[in-house]
Amino acid sequence: MKTKNIMIVGVGGQGTLIASRILGGLAIHAGYDVKLSEVHGMAQRGGSVVTFVRYGDKVEEPIVEPGCADVLIAFERLEAKRYAHYLKEDGVLIVNDQRIDPMPVVIGAAEYPENIIEEIAKNHTVYKIDAMTEAKKLGNSRCFNVVVLGMAAKHMDYTVEQWYEVIGQVVKPKLVELNKKAFDLGYNS
Amino acid sequence: MGEKRLMLGNEAIARGIYEAGVKVASAYPGTPSTEISENLVQYKDKGVYCEWAPNEKVATEVAFGASVAGVRSFACMKMVGFNVAADPVYSMAYTGVNGGMVITVADDPGLYSSQNEQDTRAVARAAQVPVLEPSDSQEAKDFTKLAYEISEKYDKPVVLRTTTRLAHSQGTVELCDREDIPDKPYEKNPAKWVMLPANAGRRHVIVEDQMEKLAEDAAGFEINRAEYRDTKIGFITSGIPYTYVREAMPDASVLKLGMVHPLPKKLIEEFASKVDRVIIFEELMPVIEEQVKSWGIKCEGKELFTKIGEYSANMLRTTLLNETINASADLSAPNRPPILCPGCPHRSTFYTIKRLGLHTAGDIGCYTLGAVPPLSVIESTLCMGSSISSLHGMGKAKGEDYLRNWVCVIGDSTFMHTGINSLINMFYNQSTGTVMILDNRITAMTGHQDHPGTGKTLMGDEVPAVDYEKLVRGIGIEHVYTVNAFDVDALSETLKRETKAEHLSVVIAKAPCALLKGVQFPNKCEPLPEKCKKCGACLKPGCPALTKNADGTISIDDTMCNGCGLCRQLCKFDAIKEVPVK
Repeated sequence: MKTKNIMIVGVGGQGTLIASRILGGLAIHAGYDVKLSEVHGMAQRGGSVVTFVRYGDKVEEPIVEPGCADVLIAFERLEAKRYAHYLKEDGVLIVNDQRIDPMPVVIGAAEYPENIIEEIAKNHTVYKIDAMTEAKKLGNSRCFNVVVLGMAAKHMDYTVEQWYEVIGQVVKPKLVELNKKAFDLGYNS
Repeated sequence: MGEKRLMLGNEAIARGIYEAGVKVASAYPGTPSTEISENLVQYKDKGVYCEWAPNEKVATEVAFGASVAGVRSFACMKMVGFNVAADPVYSMAYTGVNGGMVITVADDPGLYSSQNEQDTRAVARAAQVPVLEPSDSQEAKDFTKLAYEISEKYDKPVVLRTTTRLAHSQGTVELCDREDIPDKPYEKNPAKWVMLPANAGRRHVIVEDQMEKLAEDAAGFEINRAEYRDTKIGFITSGIPYTYVREAMPDASVLKLGMVHPLPKKLIEEFASKVDRVIIFEELMPVIEEQVKSWGIKCEGKELFTKIGEYSANMLRTTLLNETINASADLSAPNRPPILCPGCPHRSTFYTIKRLGLHTAGDIGCYTLGAVPPLSVIESTLCMGSSISSLHGMGKAKGEDYLRNWVCVIGDSTFMHTGINSLINMFYNQSTGTVMILDNRITAMTGHQDHPGTGKTLMGDEVPAVDYEKLVRGIGIEHVYTVNAFDVDALSETLKRETKAEHLSVVIAKAPCALLKGVQFPNKCEPLPEKCKKCGACLKPGCPALTKNADGTISIDDTMCNGCGLCRQLCKFDAIKEVPVK
């Protein structure tokens, strides 16, 4: 299989790490070659964070480059805007419809852009979900990231059973059922 | 076949160290190298002793001692730490090793979390130590093990160079068992181990011979691999840039160098003779290129590609394949710079300094973020420990009165690293400045590593903690004050008094990092909109948990608020209350 390029973008502290662990686990489980690249250190402190996941028969570089992403998973709207140019022409954006103001906006030095999703939708296929609200229905807003992954799952190469199994391996035992439900919520919406 | 696992480059290096039979490892944390030690801990009951040292020089000397004693040893650091370790490294090139010794040094092209973009290959070349550079996680493990063989065969410490992309990328790795490496006997041998000038002079002759022999043998190393495909272009490359070449131009010929110092001259000459055009694709400095050109081989490198930042496959597509990448960044998106976390004790410290209008010399750590808006307090940051020495220099340049409206700030871990020497200098040379130790009880920036002041080791042992106040008093400094970092009034009063006083003083602003396990404030903050006068005082420190509503009142995000109470302290109208955590 030709190498598939997935990106996860968000704000430091939003749980991109667990999402990348799930995607990495899936690729291994399905027998693909895989490389992941993530950001640690200074950039994590509430800053913009990005994770690259590439899988296929043989993966060379560990990063996804501008114009190359098959699927862009954005946990926050502004981050979708920041990384939208990484999408291929026929790439798909999955976006969590949430706003987190960056410091320049908080202190009034910049404005949070309007109509982000509508603008990206002019050039790319976009699926949006208010994953926070969905996750709260399950009683735990912290599983919102798995809701978003559920929505992205349809654009990847794994069965629902494979997703369940890897979620079971990655999240804490007592949170497995919750996260499976979170996955279903995203997958079926 | 062994079990296959997805591993971070750093995790794979740790596995390589375990498999290579290493017995002693010492390090100071530094992004992007930190996870190596953090992963080594899992082998602590399987024969690997590992520790956090106060700095990289100490770590390297610990590894040196272990090597002299006859076991395989390891030190790791980020590239700026390699400068701190340079002193032992340069002379270890002369002494060589007994047990094999490897130093992993992580470069940071693209400056994800560093203060410069230096190239370890150039430093190691100057120090005359061999350098290996892997391209993925599997190679990270394999090259680590190979580095020990080279170290022992050629009697050299070996540098394993990584970059952020390798260190923080995951790939599949096949696991092997730990090798049983018997300890080598130690023999008293001053000609080898005592670097008196006469001994060092004789060792230098050996160093030159060793490096020449290694360069010759390198042509036959499997990790230096000529891959002949289409011969119109032949790339000479290594590390992560190799993967960019394979991605963008899979049909091109490549000479993949696993060892980047010394270079396999014969192999490079042969490769160059078989391709029409030689292109050297190396991030940062033209280390390979300048050597190859000096041999009279026609090649291109920095004429085509920059010395700045990370490379990419797109760079090859646009430069060599004339492709246009229709993907430019949307520059209208406001930046999202890293910020101090909610509940961070540095926020109230910096707010206090700002309110007093003091100039601030800064240092390396989370608190470097005190340089960015809205706090914008820190005015200089150079390297670990430099805040204290640079403040001293200012006083000597402009007279001690100049220091009456200056402070310097340094973290608890950075103070242990190299700050203490600078403070001794201030005491010795009679400075009257005010030094602030921002003691948040951990090495925070790199993700919570213990240090001599925390009372815990890398392997999890509880040990006596260095007492900062006693340590500073032990130097002979009389004016030492420990203040709760969240107590704005007390901190304010202490700083006002001490900056004006004509003596050297140390103010320890103490409160644990809000993210530290077990740190939990009993309360959370809640706004009382009916009492709010919309003055904005609470917003000034820039806590990300607070947002201004359209009507001028504020909201506090209860999932983010840590209940540090800074905003409540700043509200003169009691419009913020602390409520117990549910």
